[in-house]
Amino acid sequence: MTDTTQLALGRPGVLVADGVPGSPGVRSGATAALRTLAARPTLTVAAVWLALVVLAAVLPGVLTHHDPLAADPAAKLTAPDAAHWFGTDQLGRDLYSRVVHGTALTLQAAVLAIVIGLVGGSVVGLVAGFVGGVVDTVLMRLADVLLAIPSLLLSLTIVTVLGFGTVNVAVAVGVASIATIARIMRSEVVRVRTAAYVEAASANGNRWWRVLAVHVLPNAAGPVVVLAALEFGTAILAVSNLSFLGYGAQPPAPEWGSLVSTGRDFIATSWWLTTIPGLVIAVTVLAGNRIARALDTERRAVR
Amino acid sequence: MTRYVLARIGQAVLVLWAAWTISFFVLYVLPSDPARIMLGPDATDVTAAQLDALRHRYGLDQPVLVQYVQHLGSLLTGDLGRSIGVGRPVTQVIGEAVGPTVQIAVAGLLLAVVFGGGLAVLATWTRNRALGQFLLSLPPIGVAVPGFWFALLLVQWFSFGLHVFPAFGGEGPASVVLPAITLALPTGATIAQLLSKSLVQTLREPYVDTAYAKGAGRWRVQLRHALRNAALPALTVTGLIVGQLFSGTVVTETVFSRPGLGRVTATAVQGQDIPVVQGIVLVAAAVFVVANLVVDLVYPLLDPRVVLAGSRRRLREQDGAGTGTTPGATAGSATTAPQGAPA
Repeated sequence: MTDTTQLALGRPGVLVADGVPGSPGVRSGATAALRTLAARPTLTVAAVWLALVVLAAVLPGVLTHHDPLAADPAAKLTAPDAAHWFGTDQLGRDLYSRVVHGTALTLQAAVLAIVIGLVGGSVVGLVAGFVGGVVDTVLMRLADVLLAIPSLLLSLTIVTVLGFGTVNVAVAVGVASIATIARIMRSEVVRVRTAAYVEAASANGNRWWRVLAVHVLPNAAGPVVVLAALEFGTAILAVSNLSFLGYGAQPPAPEWGSLVSTGRDFIATSWWLTTIPGLVIAVTVLAGNRIARALDTERRAVR
Repeated sequence: MTRYVLARIGQAVLVLWAAWTISFFVLYVLPSDPARIMLGPDATDVTAAQLDALRHRYGLDQPVLVQYVQHLGSLLTGDLGRSIGVGRPVTQVIGEAVGPTVQIAVAGLLLAVVFGGGLAVLATWTRNRALGQFLLSLPPIGVAVPGFWFALLLVQWFSFGLHVFPAFGGEGPASVVLPAITLALPTGATIAQLLSKSLVQTLREPYVDTAYAKGAGRWRVQLRHALRNAALPALTVTGLIVGQLFSGTVVTETVFSRPGLGRVTATAVQGQDIPVVQGIVLVAAAVFVVANLVVDLVYPLLDPRVVLAGSRRRLREQDGAGTGTTPGATAGSATTAPQGAPA
């Protein structure tokens, strides 16, 4: 449990800790989900917000008719009003549509980072936990060493080598999260591997890969899924950080972190250029974390 | 005890070496051509002869293992190579940057401990449920806010609105305030989350009832009995906090245009200055390792329940549902036996 406690600390109040292999969710179905949401208003708000974010990423045209790149010098640096909800930037581009159209890049980067971290971390953790012995020791010592380097610095090191751009930033953020996920996956696999039903499955003549895929993985995945949900917020923050620093999407492409970075030059006069995109990032991270916490509570309640 | 200390120091050195080795392989071996990276993406009119000369100068024409041994040799003599961007020794570039960063990091850590700790104490002490709920809802917001955005909000309010603190620069004590607050936000939120959780658990312990029974007041119980015990697990996240502070300085020093390690990092990444990036990785890992080493060595002195046995420690659990916290389950520390595994 120490591994998981240690790693989940500093995340929003969620401890991904000891658990017993749970049966899959008892309550299911759309009505049950709706009832749960109605009982928890903040969770509902978080879910609605994330749905909007996904909509903005997939079909930005539904949310705005403005072209994010169309400049209108006559209306430059206007404060938020009815025509421009979030105001306009130094070229008179509509900030609301830039935020909406920027969602796709940010979200893609975050999702790619999570997939890389989740796949990489799960494979390393599964191998370490299932094979055990020297392989386990070597892999986990390696993870320890990676955890000694702050994750932002690890991402920056990778960006130095790969160069700039949204995909490179996503890879850098994803790779930096592998060690964390690997440790949690490994501790879960070690816990599940010694369970009686896994021994029974092996004794019944199942091949090791079948035992791994059918019995170990589904029962070890719970905390990892919660962690992946938590990683969503972390990844959005990390991607925004890197693109704020100028390593992500290059102008004029709109992207959340770089929007704030560009707005910085006008901070004395045009508050909306930094405040609004930053607020959107913060609310998205908050919403992701809220859902992760709900998943965690759910998982513990089920067992 | 001496053996334990020596073993821990040995492990710390090993972690440092491993971190340096990983950074070497990532920075020098993964890219097809470090010489090209050093020149930057804009250098298109470089002749092959010039590239070769550059490779020769930095020893990149040698086999990888030879390069590795050469670099390791220089590392042991305290030579981290030369910065490509400014042409000076990396140790010098980093050495000059440490001072300003330590200023804001220490100030930020102090703020984080005082306000994060204060919030946790108050939230668990108050009998006003609404106030408690409100206070406990703040830390999750603190960890969700992007650091660069918070810094810019501070600049907007305090520099351009109220004209109290300078918006940028590293001159004078006033310039430390806003960067320190920026750094304190995520760290303080982390401390508040951990401490309030641990305080809630501690306040349920039987000795708290004993203290009340003996006539101790609520503040006395909270501060003297509960806080002292609840604060110990907070030490286990020292490594996390060090990492948070370091990551924070990169963004903070960029926003406030302050000199320091974070600024050096941002510039080095921008210019793909490989030797400097590697030097920074070594420094960050060293700070992490030393912080954890100190915590691991000090912990048994603070909490006599922690028993040292070789390099393995175990917390004697007071009851079945005791808090199974082992100090510093971090890089280089002892392997903790998988717990909860059915026999």
